[in-house]
Amino acid sequence: MTEHLRSRDRVARAALYLVLSSGLVLVVGPFVWMLLSSFKPEGEIRAIPPTWFPHDPTLANYGNLFDRLDFPTFFTNSVVVAVLTTAGNLLFCSAAGYALAKVPFAGKRVLFGIVLGTLMVPSIVTIVPLFVLSSNLGLVNTLAGLILPYLAQAFGVFLMRQFILSIPDELLEAARIDAASEWRIFWQVVLPLCRPALATLGILTFLASWNNFLWPLVAATEEETYTLPVALALYAIGQNRTEYDLLLPGAVVIVLPVLIVFVLLQRHFVRGIATTGLK
Amino acid sequence: MSAPPETATNTAAVPATGGDAGTARRPRSRSLAGWGFALPFALLFLVFTAGPVVASLLMSVTDLRGTDLLDPFNVDIVGLDNYLRLAGDEKFLTAAGNTAIFVVVGVPLTMALSLLVAMGLNSGLVRFQTLFRVGYYLPVVTSIVAISVVWRFVLQPDSGLLNEFLGLFGVDGPNWLNNQTFALPTLIVMGAWRNLGFGMVIFLAGLQAIPKDLYEAATIDGARRFARFRYLTVPMLRPTMLFVAVITTIGYVQFFEEPFVMTQGGPLDSTLSLAYHTYNQFGFGNYGSASAMGYVLFVVVVLLSIAWFKLLRNNVD
Repeated sequence: MTEHLRSRDRVARAALYLVLSSGLVLVVGPFVWMLLSSFKPEGEIRAIPPTWFPHDPTLANYGNLFDRLDFPTFFTNSVVVAVLTTAGNLLFCSAAGYALAKVPFAGKRVLFGIVLGTLMVPSIVTIVPLFVLSSNLGLVNTLAGLILPYLAQAFGVFLMRQFILSIPDELLEAARIDAASEWRIFWQVVLPLCRPALATLGILTFLASWNNFLWPLVAATEEETYTLPVALALYAIGQNRTEYDLLLPGAVVIVLPVLIVFVLLQRHFVRGIATTGLK
Repeated sequence: MSAPPETATNTAAVPATGGDAGTARRPRSRSLAGWGFALPFALLFLVFTAGPVVASLLMSVTDLRGTDLLDPFNVDIVGLDNYLRLAGDEKFLTAAGNTAIFVVVGVPLTMALSLLVAMGLNSGLVRFQTLFRVGYYLPVVTSIVAISVVWRFVLQPDSGLLNEFLGLFGVDGPNWLNNQTFALPTLIVMGAWRNLGFGMVIFLAGLQAIPKDLYEAATIDGARRFARFRYLTVPMLRPTMLFVAVITTIGYVQFFEEPFVMTQGGPLDSTLSLAYHTYNQFGFGNYGSASAMGYVLFVVVVLLSIAWFKLLRNNVD
């Protein structure tokens, strides 16, 4: 408000808009170009100087995804992995978060300590043993092998515990006096109150899983288990010449679900990161 | 998906065993219930996260190789050899240097940009807040593969958008990704571009939490714009800065995806990072030394986080 009252001069306002908008163009412009170019014929993609709007729009590039890649398989793999990972995290992290926040049990502090202790471990640290473990369990090159290591994550349980701590004990005690079992208290009292936290956890987990790169790169050794990012990356890197008529539509398909989830749910999202970050 | 019934039976058993018992038995039954809720998570977490963290430490003191998996008795304990050998490993030292540059330049750059954008958006002058926020945040939620497709095109030496643009001013842009001098700086800028939205969101929340009347009071006392920033915004924002600094540092120390998709660590290892070198060692089957390198990375992450805590916590002057 004060800022608003003080700097009434239009120059400052115009300058601010100019700077922020130029920044926005630099950040979003490449994505807009990607979307527009995915509808250009091959020759126009490589035109010098580059064009913005397709002169001769075509869907042929999207056809390439099916002709030259096993796109349906990669897309299905990505969806299955992201959806199951998200569902598992919502269930396991909220249940464990409830126990850690509200139910006294032996070994609780140890469990929470272990969870906190692993929050800062770089993912590259566990790659080797995880790969050895997966080979021994026969999980290499299976979708289960891409999902299982991410079903119970430290961040998720931390988020849920912090949120459930803020639920008043009186509410739970009242249910206990009514002789409700712990399970019913969790399912009928705690979970409905957790909706905002579950939304945040769900979105963050889905996005992280959809974009996950390192582990699928290591654990999916054959084409039939590639996720979309792994398939495109290996395809792009393996070629001498960058085949934009394949990579551009592929990139659009990778970004589109994320964009939809993100724009629709961005309120939860921003609030979620902000609260988990600061409290 | 088999967890709910399992948990349900555990808790359902509670009233049966401890139902009519006095207060003495109640904690025990609740302890059972607690484990009922925590067990599925705890098992998965121990097997797939905590276990591997410990296993990696153990592997780092052995000469385990990919070919030894079928023949575990072939593995010897070599003590700290894997760690000591890193000091003479040219590639490791190159990778460490590149990673250090990426962190030392990249973290402040990313933080400064995100703070600038956040302050601009928070100044009360700007409409279309949501548009700006979603726009700046978009790269954070985008797969690195899509980003690499777009950036490769932008950075192409002869027909890329960037060199076309520089050409307007008569500047002959280099082959950004294939040039030993420019490849790493290009990836640093790309990292800042990709991550500034995260810091922006956190900084915005932090800025909005600063009471407005503090600014009014400072203004009445005659504090100018810069003084208000230096003596009010910065100290009030310290916890937020700490958080952004730690998260960004943790991410940047592990810097892997950008060089993997953009340069494959080249040209001539000029963009090889620690995490990338570790990944390569793992690929070559050198599991023992890969684990040791991973742990070095872990220690660096912890030390840098502690350093940020010391630097930004409670030293309000």
